[in-house]
Amino acid sequence: MSKVRVLVGTHKGAFILTSDGKRKDWQISGPHFPGWEIYHMKGSPVNPDRLYASQTSGWFGQVVQRSDDGGQTWTPVGNKFVYDGVPGTHQWYDGTPHPWEFKRVWHLEPSLTDAEAVYAGAEDAALFHSADGGGAWTELSGLRQHDTGKDWQPGAGGMCLHTVILDPADPNRIYIAISAAGAFRTDDGGKTWKPINKGLVSGTGPNPTAEVGHCVHHVAMHPDRPGVLFMQKHWDVMRSDNAGDTWHEVSGNLPTDFGFAIDVHAHEPETIYVVPIKSDSHHFPIDGKLRVYRSRTGGNEWEELAKGLPDSDCYVNVLRDAMSVDKLDDCGIYFGTTGGQVYASSDSGDNWTAIARDLPAVFSVEVQTLP
Amino acid sequence: MTGPAPQVRLVRVELPHHLRVLAQVGSEVTLEVAGPVTLRAVLDALEARYPVLCGTIRDYGTLKRRPFLRFFACQEDLSHESPDAPLPDAVQSGAEPLLIIGAIAGG
Repeated sequence: MSKVRVLVGTHKGAFILTSDGKRKDWQISGPHFPGWEIYHMKGSPVNPDRLYASQTSGWFGQVVQRSDDGGQTWTPVGNKFVYDGVPGTHQWYDGTPHPWEFKRVWHLEPSLTDAEAVYAGAEDAALFHSADGGGAWTELSGLRQHDTGKDWQPGAGGMCLHTVILDPADPNRIYIAISAAGAFRTDDGGKTWKPINKGLVSGTGPNPTAEVGHCVHHVAMHPDRPGVLFMQKHWDVMRSDNAGDTWHEVSGNLPTDFGFAIDVHAHEPETIYVVPIKSDSHHFPIDGKLRVYRSRTGGNEWEELAKGLPDSDCYVNVLRDAMSVDKLDDCGIYFGTTGGQVYASSDSGDNWTAIARDLPAVFSVEVQTLP
Repeated sequence: MTGPAPQVRLVRVELPHHLRVLAQVGSEVTLEVAGPVTLRAVLDALEARYPVLCGTIRDYGTLKRRPFLRFFACQEDLSHESPDAPLPDAVQSGAEPLLIIGAIAGG
């Protein structure tokens, strides 16, 4: 019978939740790296027991951990994230130039074909690559050195490169997203990058449709349709059917189109999930009711999913990397909250159960479906 | 003709909890430091013996002290001293440890 492993990064350590394919009974291990912020953990699609974890601290900086036994034991690997050349400046919140400074790794994306290869999305925004299991890191500096780089500004969480999506049909195509610069795509393995923000409208700057300057919160893709992208922007849920060349809004009947997380059903490429959050001023659900919304039409038409989720007095947030899906039939959907709960549905979102309830604030959730 | 070999001293360094865990050591480590016992020399020796600590105390490249870390010894705050200034005699002799401390911040 298949197994499911849920990798949970939190404000104070990492936790690993495991269950058999029934997804009824869960075992929790952790905290791994107690006291440290674990921004993200992810397993290699090539070798599921090869895990990478971003361990970080305002005091002690960045550490990258690697496991070869599914998270039972860990080894610190390379943490030398150095920008290529003289990094120059980007814009600070007030529009003044500010030097590029490495702060932490937000997202680790293992290669689809090589367990030793992994990408790291960093704050201040940059994409790094390791070919030796995280030992040595090299910046793919064509991104940061894009002509618009000097104009990028941080979002409220910092100028973070938080989303890395590898195209399974084209090894040279990578999508990334940066708060608050926007989304970018490379078609040559990371040498050159193109902003892919046409159709995004952001009301905070002088030019709402500028080439860059959009607070993209997260982007999701179904591996069977790599040209179709779904985006939760600061406000607005967006869709692209041409690999990000243009976007159109699919917020439809959502009660609010502010939010962070978005993901796609494992077997239904037109079924997508978001967690609407009241506003950028509040960062909690509307009326204290935690809800997932599901669209089975690729956007615009949304249904509220409530069974098993809190109906009152719930004022948590669900962060951008804190939703994931398994590949079982029926598809499991998982998300973590800043209140320390991890909710799971084993029936595509119809019914929900808290599989962990009192963890530290959850930063990220990734799911592995194991044989 | 070569000069005399630089004197090697045993210097004690006390680490904060999270760095002890990372380096898999106890609260204090003893390091061999050749030549002048300065902050730079001690940290170089520390990182050479425990490479996992590289980047956790000093930034890569600039080698500047990370902002939320402090250096103390003999009841003196050495955080803002030159990294090339000699450490107090008691540290050089091993009588007192160099303390690496996480600044109290975050509530």
